[in-house]
Amino acid sequence: MLMTALYIAFALIAVALLLNVISLARGPSIPDRVLSLDTLYINSIALIIVYGIAESSTIHFEAALLIAMLGFVSTAALCKYMVRGDIIE
Amino acid sequence: MSAQLPMLLELLLSVLIVFGAALVLIGSIGLIKLPDFFTRLHAPTKATTLGMGSLLIASLIFTSFVTGDLHVQQLLITLFLFITAPIAAHMLAKTALHMRIQTVERTANADLQKAARERTAPQPAIDSASPDQ
Repeated sequence: MLMTALYIAFALIAVALLLNVISLARGPSIPDRVLSLDTLYINSIALIIVYGIAESSTIHFEAALLIAMLGFVSTAALCKYMVRGDIIE
Repeated sequence: MSAQLPMLLELLLSVLIVFGAALVLIGSIGLIKLPDFFTRLHAPTKATTLGMGSLLIASLIFTSFVTGDLHVQQLLITLFLFITAPIAAHMLAKTALHMRIQTVERTANADLQKAARERTAPQPAIDSASPDQ
C-alpha cells in the first residue's frame, strides 16, 4: 500500500513540475517567472523527500535542505535585484 | 522497501503522502490557472507549503520508525520552509508593486496600490539630544 501511495505521489509531483516549467516559459512578467522558479525548487524538494521514503535512506535530506536554503537565497537576491537594481549595496 | 510496517502506520503514511502530493499539484495548477500575479502568488505559497509539511511529517514518521530513533532533519526542513515561504511571498509582492504589474479589474481596494508603492521603510528616530553621542 505504501509503494502504491509513493507511485501516485511521484506521478502527481511530476505533473506539478511540468506545470511549473510551462508557467516558467509562459509567465508574462519577470516576477511571474521568479515565482515559478520558487515553486519549482519547492516541488523538487517534495520529489527528493518522496524518493527518500521510497529508498528508505536518510542521505537525501541533506540535499533537500541545501536546495531549500539556496532556493530561498536566490529568490531573495532576485527580488532585491529587481527592486533596488543592485544585490549588495 | 525492506521495512515491515504495521498496517495502521502504513495507512497513515499513505494518506499523508497522497494528501501532500495532491496539495503540491493543486498549488502548481493554481500557479498556471489564476488570472494575475497577485492571485497567482497565493497558490504556491499556501497550498504547496501545506503539502510540503504533510510530506515531511510522513517522512519524519517513516524514518523514525525504520531507524528506531528520532530524526529531526526533516523537522528542520519543515521549519525552514514554513519560515521562508511567507518571506519570499512578501518580497515577490513588493517587487510586483514596484514593477507596476497589472491587476485584474475586480481587485478590491485597488487605490491602495499607490500608497503601498510609495511607502518607505521606517527611519530610525535620530535623537540629537541623547546624552551618549
